[in-house]
Amino acid sequence: MAVPQAKVDALAARIAGLSFEREGWLGAARVEALSRLSSMGLPGKRDEYWRYTDPTDLIQPRTATAALFDAGDEPPVFDAIDRITLVFVDGVFDAAASDDPALAGVEITRLSQAPDLHWARDLYGVLEARGQSPVQRPLAALATAFATDGLLIRVTGKAAKPVSLVYRHDSETSDAILHHCVRLDPGAELTLLESGPGAARFTTAMEVEVADGARFHHVRVQGRDHQRRAATHVFARLGAESLFKSFTLTANGVLTRNEVVLELAGDDGVAHVAGAAMGDGAFHHDDTVFITHDAERCESRQVFKKVLKHGAVGVFQGKILVKQGAQKTDGYQISQSLLLDEDCQFLAKPELEIYADDVKCSHGSTSGAIDETALFYLRSRGVPLRSAQALLVLAFLAEAIGEIEDELIVEDIRQRLENWLARHEY
Amino acid sequence: MGALETEEQTDLREGVDRETIQTVKAMSGTYKYGWDTEIETEYAPKGVNEDIVRLISEKNGEPEWMLDWRLAAYRRWVQMEEPRWAMLHYPVIDYQDQYYFAKPKSMAVKPKSLDEVDPKLLATYEKLGIPLKEQMILAGVEGTETRKVAVDAVFDSVSVGTTFKEELKKAGVIFCAISEAIREYPELVKKYLGSVVPQSDNFFATLNSAVFSDGSFVYIPEGVRCPMELSTYFRINAENTGQFERTLIIAEKGSYVSYLEGCTAPKRDTHQLHAAVVEIVVLDDAEVKYSTVQNWYPGDAEGRGGIYNFVTKRADCRGARSKVMWTQVETGSAITWKYPSCILRGEEAQGEFYSIAIANNAQQADTGTKMVHLGRNTKSRIVSKGISAGRAQNTYRGLVSMHPRATGSRNYTQCDSLLIGDKCGAHTVPYIEVKNNSSRCEHEATTSKVDEDQLFYCRSRGMDEEQAVALVVNGFVKDVLQTLPMEFAMEAQALVAISLEGSVG
Repeated sequence: MAVPQAKVDALAARIAGLSFEREGWLGAARVEALSRLSSMGLPGKRDEYWRYTDPTDLIQPRTATAALFDAGDEPPVFDAIDRITLVFVDGVFDAAASDDPALAGVEITRLSQAPDLHWARDLYGVLEARGQSPVQRPLAALATAFATDGLLIRVTGKAAKPVSLVYRHDSETSDAILHHCVRLDPGAELTLLESGPGAARFTTAMEVEVADGARFHHVRVQGRDHQRRAATHVFARLGAESLFKSFTLTANGVLTRNEVVLELAGDDGVAHVAGAAMGDGAFHHDDTVFITHDAERCESRQVFKKVLKHGAVGVFQGKILVKQGAQKTDGYQISQSLLLDEDCQFLAKPELEIYADDVKCSHGSTSGAIDETALFYLRSRGVPLRSAQALLVLAFLAEAIGEIEDELIVEDIRQRLENWLARHEY
Repeated sequence: MGALETEEQTDLREGVDRETIQTVKAMSGTYKYGWDTEIETEYAPKGVNEDIVRLISEKNGEPEWMLDWRLAAYRRWVQMEEPRWAMLHYPVIDYQDQYYFAKPKSMAVKPKSLDEVDPKLLATYEKLGIPLKEQMILAGVEGTETRKVAVDAVFDSVSVGTTFKEELKKAGVIFCAISEAIREYPELVKKYLGSVVPQSDNFFATLNSAVFSDGSFVYIPEGVRCPMELSTYFRINAENTGQFERTLIIAEKGSYVSYLEGCTAPKRDTHQLHAAVVEIVVLDDAEVKYSTVQNWYPGDAEGRGGIYNFVTKRADCRGARSKVMWTQVETGSAITWKYPSCILRGEEAQGEFYSIAIANNAQQADTGTKMVHLGRNTKSRIVSKGISAGRAQNTYRGLVSMHPRATGSRNYTQCDSLLIGDKCGAHTVPYIEVKNNSSRCEHEATTSKVDEDQLFYCRSRGMDEEQAVALVVNGFVKDVLQTLPMEFAMEAQALVAISLEGSVG
């Protein structure tokens, strides 16, 4: 179908100021991505998977300004974890502020150096392109075509330490586009941590190839910046007996769209994707998750929880697609929201699309106010209202946080949440 | 159907529901209603245009305002595009390559009473199991009380007769063909027609607004509990002919009615279009129960022929404490596109939707409901059971929407899908939109295959595989069957067995 002229014009305006590199293998991948992007156009409000989230702020030519956020005396995220920290400031790698990447025991190269790594060549833009069907994700193609920086991470064994990517936001008008590639060889294992708002507007794509028997853990904390706008994408392909676990904690942000596109391509793979989001006021948070089962005996879990107040909006669009032949699939999906006051909204589209008969798939979705009887019980036991509420919110989010394997990280996240809730701020 | 053993043998076994065995046996064979009636039919010229709209209006002896209403709809329809968002794949429909009006010649002069109706037509309905006589209809099980059911029979484009009209009139209930209502009760029709499903609602409803030929009209006055169940039986007989019926039900304050709808069509190699609109208006404290057993010809195993069923059904619960209950058993049609909905406008209004959708062979169904909560403390419940077999695709598509002002509202949704065979598909596409925090919304869905343990148990008791599947499936859909009036429940239960025929092995 021809792209409407309005979309063609919007795309032209959006990419007008961006630099575009055509040289080398990377350039070739970028040219292809641009051609994908041109054939789709940027997302519009009338697109089926943008019906609950207005993409305007994500596609307009220049980003709205975002005031810098001061977290005060709060310790940095993952501070208690022994990790290798790699810092990006407004989307540009800052070597001086970063640890020596070699310490992680994995190969880490900067995308902007564009080394001709055969594995990266086979991955960059490849999973993103596969993820464009049946639902188009133009902003991911944009990230492939116009990423100004990013990392190529290859893991051949068990990584010595978690790799922590820290995205600092230093300019009120920064508009960052990043693209990472992660390749885990058979049997390899890596924990990748991401934190920080990134920029005033942050558009990212990450492609993860998890080979047979490899294990990938991903934990992400999307800062507390109230004015951040972000569109993130994770594309992953899982080999046989591999594991993929991803958890995202989101606090505030005017607009966040997190897309996760997973393909269980080998038998006996396991994929868990979870998210906990807390929004106060002008907060629009969208989790869009597509999991495709294309092999036998795979397991997938989606656990998404949102706590909303003062007019915050939570969106969940999740799909389990079980292809013909993907027998013995076990698919589970739950999306829940806690609406702390009257004018919040929860908009959900939890889908199942199943073409194999010997499967077990279920999904559930609930929304409602805090349980008054539970609140009353706690108060009758002398717990002050605020603490009681905080306790119930934590309990509500617990199932999602429980998807993180590393106990130290769980503790870091839990304490952070407690702290925010105690101060009654996110 | 595999060889069934004799009844005596079956009777000896434990754990086998005799009724199921009997009904399965009675229904064994292929599509039971696939025969046609040889009857001289008068057709309007093929295709649709303003002249056809005028002709339909003229044939029905309609007043000017009705023609204008139809023409306005037609002019909109020409500008509209056919929706393609459903998970349905079918070739482009040529709307000009079919008849929009077909009427048995014997109906040229409208019979004054049932005695004057062409015996061939009466025999057709008799054969379908719907005798057009004012007699007690057995409730299906011996020893139970007999009940009356009034029937409006629609054959191709016209209503051939309505039973128990006089008796209903005594109670103040109006039950007649909509063509008659337009002439006899223009004020009521003018006030309510299009008030629930506007002319411009969607492509198929707009087409229906332009070319609907007949259908049923029900008016239950204030405080009246309709003394008997009302039913409409739709039969498509003519070839290459679309059926476009329109049903309008008005339940005044404090009234109650239970309405049943059945539909069948002969086997034909070509697809036939059916685009109906049902509008229900429910005022304060009134309750409408609307049950459908949809058994249009589904096409053959290769997907040749069958009805394309594009239906818009909507109930507007305008009054406080008003209630609507939709129950549907969808077993027929090559393509089903149908979303019976409830607009819960009045405070404490209630909407319920119970559905069994069975798709076998090459059938495709995309069906579900919309529950739009506008009033405070409104409640809705959705129970949907989808069964896919053969190469069929079955989709539940639904919307639950809680508006900011619909505080204190509740929704519970349960969608279960069952897959029989590895070439079919079962899909769930719910939309949940909650815009206030005092409402609660719960949605659950599961997809699974027929439980092996249950099948094994049945097989170990001597049932063959198809019988066992039919029994397990009957258990799976029990929640929905229970909400149907008795006669329909029996028919539906039998249909569940018959629709799954050939799906095993």
